[in-house]
Parts: sequence; C-alpha cells; structure tokens
Amino acid sequence: MEEEVITACGSDMMSDVLAYVKDQSLLLTGLVNPQIVRTAEMMDMHCIVLVRGKTPDDTILKLAEQKDITVLSSPYRMFTACGLLYSNGLRGGCDVS
Amino acid sequence: MSMLELKYIVPGDDFTRAGEASGDVKHKLKKIGYNPDAIRRVSIAMYEGEINMVIHAGGGEAEVNIDPDRVEILLIDHGPGIADVEKAMQAGFSTAPDNVRSLGFGAGMGLPNMKKYSDEMYIETEVGKGSTVRMIVYAQR
Repeated sequence: MEEEVITACGSDMMSDVLAYVKDQSLLLTGLVNPQIVRTAEMMDMHCIVLVRGKTPDDTILKLAEQKDITVLSSPYRMFTACGLLYSNGLRGGCDVS
Repeated sequence: MSMLELKYIVPGDDFTRAGEASGDVKHKLKKIGYNPDAIRRVSIAMYEGEINMVIHAGGGEAEVNIDPDRVEILLIDHGPGIADVEKAMQAGFSTAPDNVRSLGFGAGMGLPNMKKYSDEMYIETEVGKGSTVRMIVYAQR
C-alpha cells in the first residue's frame, strides 16, 4: 500500500458510508462480507480495517486484490481502533453540518 | 445512439455479486477519463440501485448509456413494485428484511442516496409488476 491516508470513516452500515461522501480513504468496519469491498470501491477508498479481530475470507480478499484495496485486521473494538487512528492524526471525512 | 451503451443482468440470488455491474461501469468510465466526481456519483447511485434490486426484486437488468455530457442509468426489475414511492423516498423508511441489515444495508438509505447522487431520478412502478428507475448524472454538476 503506497497511498497516503488522511481521513477515515467507521461504520457497520454501508448505506451510511455511501451517504456521506467526502474523500474518506480508509474504512473501519466490523462487517465482514464482500459488500465492504464494493462500498470501498465505489467510494474510492484504499484501505479497509476490520475491527474486533474479524478476519476476511477468501472471497473478500480476492475481490479486494482485484480492486487494489488493502484489507487489515485489528484486535481493537471500533471505538478504540478509531480513537487510536484519530489520536495519531487521521480525521473524519465529513464535516459536521 | 450513445457513445457507449452497456447492459448487465443483476442476479437476484447472490448478494455477494451485487455491485458487479456498478464496479464495471466505474472501471469503464475511469478508462475513458470521465470526470472523477461524476464517476463516483454514478457508481454510488447505481450500486445502491443494484443492492435494491437484489434485496427487493429478485434481480433485474441494468442499462447504462454514456455520453460526453451525461450518464443515463436504467434499472429494470420485475419485482413486487413500490406501493408508496413518496414513503420509500424518506430517509430511514425501509421494508427490507432484518437479515439485510446484518449485511450493512436495509437502513432506508437506498433511494435517498440514489436521489442525492443523481441529478435526475424517475421511478416508474406498478405493484405486482415491477419497477424501472431512471437516473441521469451530468458530467459537470
């Protein structure tokens, strides 16, 4: 992965991810199905972080490879994983309006 | 005649494949150097439409007509139709079964998202017969 990631978005509801488009480049989710890769693809996201220690199956990995999207797995829960990335400089992709 | 005309079958029985057509359209638009903002709006609107067809209508057909100034997306299904279109357009209103929510959809954002990202959207629907959704996305908003 050589793309720079500046903003992130954490959600288990893919429709919500799709609703708030604003150049998020990283998706944190506890959902594990191929639609997380499709959603990332439509949103031009480069990386998916699976929280709560979830691991991707072969279908997900194959699709992600095809779409050039990196999939990572983290043992942290959603709140902590987001907090760690936030405290290290990542920001939310959407403005509060 | 459009510059590029694409046709897809959206299979109704395989949720994992929902989004294949939208992904292909995105790929093709990128290849011809279409405006990136329009590409993203086309992809998201069509993807939500595909998901809808799989969840509600047992699949259907998608037609995409690409021109230099606009992309037209036609989503045609022979599902149950939409009884109350106005209600279906409200954010948060959903008739999707619970198991769909565990897949990350079914929160009542599908049609609102499609309307939000397209520039024009028309729904023709008849209960018991099916629905046709026509969306237009302009290259420059």
